[in-house]
Amino acid sequence: MVEFNHITKKYGPVTGVQGVSFKVNPGELFGLIGPDGAGKTTLFRMLTTLLLPDEGSLSMAGKDVVQDYRFVRSNVGYMPGTFSLYQDLTVAENLNFFATLFGTTVAANYALIEDIYRQIEPYKTRRAGDLSGGMKQKLALSCALIHRPLVLVLDEPTTGVDAVSRKEFWEMLKRLQAGGLTILVSTAYMDEATLCDRVALIQEGRIMQLDTPEQVISGFSRPLYAVKGERIHRLLEFLRQLPQVVSAQPFGDSIHLTLVAEHCLPEVQASILQERPDAVTEAITPTIEDCFMDLMPATHG
Amino acid sequence: MRVIKFLLRKEFKQIFRNKAMLPIIFVMPVVQLLILVNAATFEIKNIDLAILDRDHSPASRQLTNKLLSMGYYRLRARVASLKEGQLLMDQNKIDLLLQFPPGFAAGLQRDDRATVMLDISAIDGSAASIIYYYTNTIILDFNTGIMQRWHNLPEQPGLPLTVESRFWYNEELDYKNYITPGLVVILVTMVGMFLTAMNVVREKEIGTIEQLNVTPITKTQFIVSKLLPFWIIGMFEMAFGLGVGKLIFDFPVVGSVPLLFAFAAIYLVVVLALGLLISTVTHTQQQAMLVSWFFVVIFILMSGLFTAVENMPEWAQKITAFNPVTYFMQLIRMVLLKGSQLQHVARHFLVISAMAVVSISLAVFTYRKRS
Repeated sequence: MVEFNHITKKYGPVTGVQGVSFKVNPGELFGLIGPDGAGKTTLFRMLTTLLLPDEGSLSMAGKDVVQDYRFVRSNVGYMPGTFSLYQDLTVAENLNFFATLFGTTVAANYALIEDIYRQIEPYKTRRAGDLSGGMKQKLALSCALIHRPLVLVLDEPTTGVDAVSRKEFWEMLKRLQAGGLTILVSTAYMDEATLCDRVALIQEGRIMQLDTPEQVISGFSRPLYAVKGERIHRLLEFLRQLPQVVSAQPFGDSIHLTLVAEHCLPEVQASILQERPDAVTEAITPTIEDCFMDLMPATHG
Repeated sequence: MRVIKFLLRKEFKQIFRNKAMLPIIFVMPVVQLLILVNAATFEIKNIDLAILDRDHSPASRQLTNKLLSMGYYRLRARVASLKEGQLLMDQNKIDLLLQFPPGFAAGLQRDDRATVMLDISAIDGSAASIIYYYTNTIILDFNTGIMQRWHNLPEQPGLPLTVESRFWYNEELDYKNYITPGLVVILVTMVGMFLTAMNVVREKEIGTIEQLNVTPITKTQFIVSKLLPFWIIGMFEMAFGLGVGKLIFDFPVVGSVPLLFAFAAIYLVVVLALGLLISTVTHTQQQAMLVSWFFVVIFILMSGLFTAVENMPEWAQKITAFNPVTYFMQLIRMVLLKGSQLQHVARHFLVISAMAVVSISLAVFTYRKRS
């Protein structure tokens, strides 16, 4: 449904995206996972005809995005990272406005958005600027869907949204996907990656890995341990200088550790206990975030 | 067409929901006209005067009284020394120091000649020359009177040649007739350029332009929807400003008002296109505001509102040939005060139409939906 082919985009001397290629299948929920500045927004802006790629080709539903930009504009629903509807227009006015721009009406496509729009309909005479974060997001999603797009592109839709609303939002996406929509979503929250069909881990404008979340996790070959203890930062420094440690990454209140070989564990545990009698070390199963950290060359322990 | 109608409706909704907008449209013109027309006067009243009379004669007192009776001068001080007078001028307390040297009256009587000394503060050059001109005229008049009396001459026999001057189109040289239409032009220019530039940049700032750019609306639809509302508001400002100006200052309307509005219609296209152009090269409302100010200030100061274009150095006159405000400034005065017809202002129409074509093409060309 969507195909990126060796796409490169430079901002002056800075490379935003470097030789990115991937395909998104029809009806798929595809995730771009990576930290801020990795190039997720650049890729989405090229797909939605807002940016022109410097190199490579890009297609949607078999049409070239650069050549057939009119087709793309009529068939893509885009929700940018920042709320960009008219704050001084009401909920209903915003929705009507975008429906009209796409040459359709709210009534014609009400069925598609009903599920989402019903929740904000009681506030339809309220100005968009006066809505809460979660309601703004629902309105933005309704506006992005109002012309029945083939592909829905969501740029970090859950950034700055509370945990409950995030969960709700992903449930809405799942329902839309069940209706046959192809969805591309980017996020900096690693835990959301497991909700996608396939994910691309992206860092500094390059795709480091592309697979289903399960495959990505199972690709993490070395055993992983978590060390919990006081004064994380000092503990981290201590762990990193041990010869048996391959990598040590801080994760909240613990440190995730990989070792040269499994049989080194007793030695390492002994060293840790010598340094910190209170520290607890246990084996854990990796998450997407561990895989991500492992793939990032710069921060290798 | 349906899309453009909808876009326009959206723009007007937003304009009228913006709390700052209504005062800009309705209050600004009235305030500007009321304050500026009265403040931007070329007449010099209240000349602060100090007198250093070293003669203390009836003649010096006579001349002093004559000056004071004119109503243009305010006697601030009688000083005893030049130093004292100098100090007052340094402190900006007086504009003019009039000195009668000792023997002023005696000189007049004996030799038919005497000297008075005028020291004029020339911080404001044009005011200084007007003060000089006023004072000189009064002294000259005093001269003639005194000669007649002292020499017991009969009434002036009359010079063989007298000059009778008449000021055409503004007989009483009422500067309000001249400045009010000019201010209406400034008003239309400012409102048109600022509002357009700010409006588009605001969509950039909030990010709504991204959302618009991914929709199938065309560049033409977008630009029309952005310019038309402000064109309508600009035309309204023109009518409102002229109406208020006419009501308060009652300037003459000799020529054709439709001709004036026909010109304004084209002129606004130039101004709005410039506003749009500014908004495409800037990213924040602040930048747009500063860039707009830069142009508006140059346009206004070089438009001939206060200083006649003919008095500018030649290089500056060449620049004003590219200043749209100059043409409107000339035309509005020609039409209102002189009653100029289309054939008299055909050049103005041609130039402004050319400017409209160039600026709108430039604005359309530089506006990009993608980068």
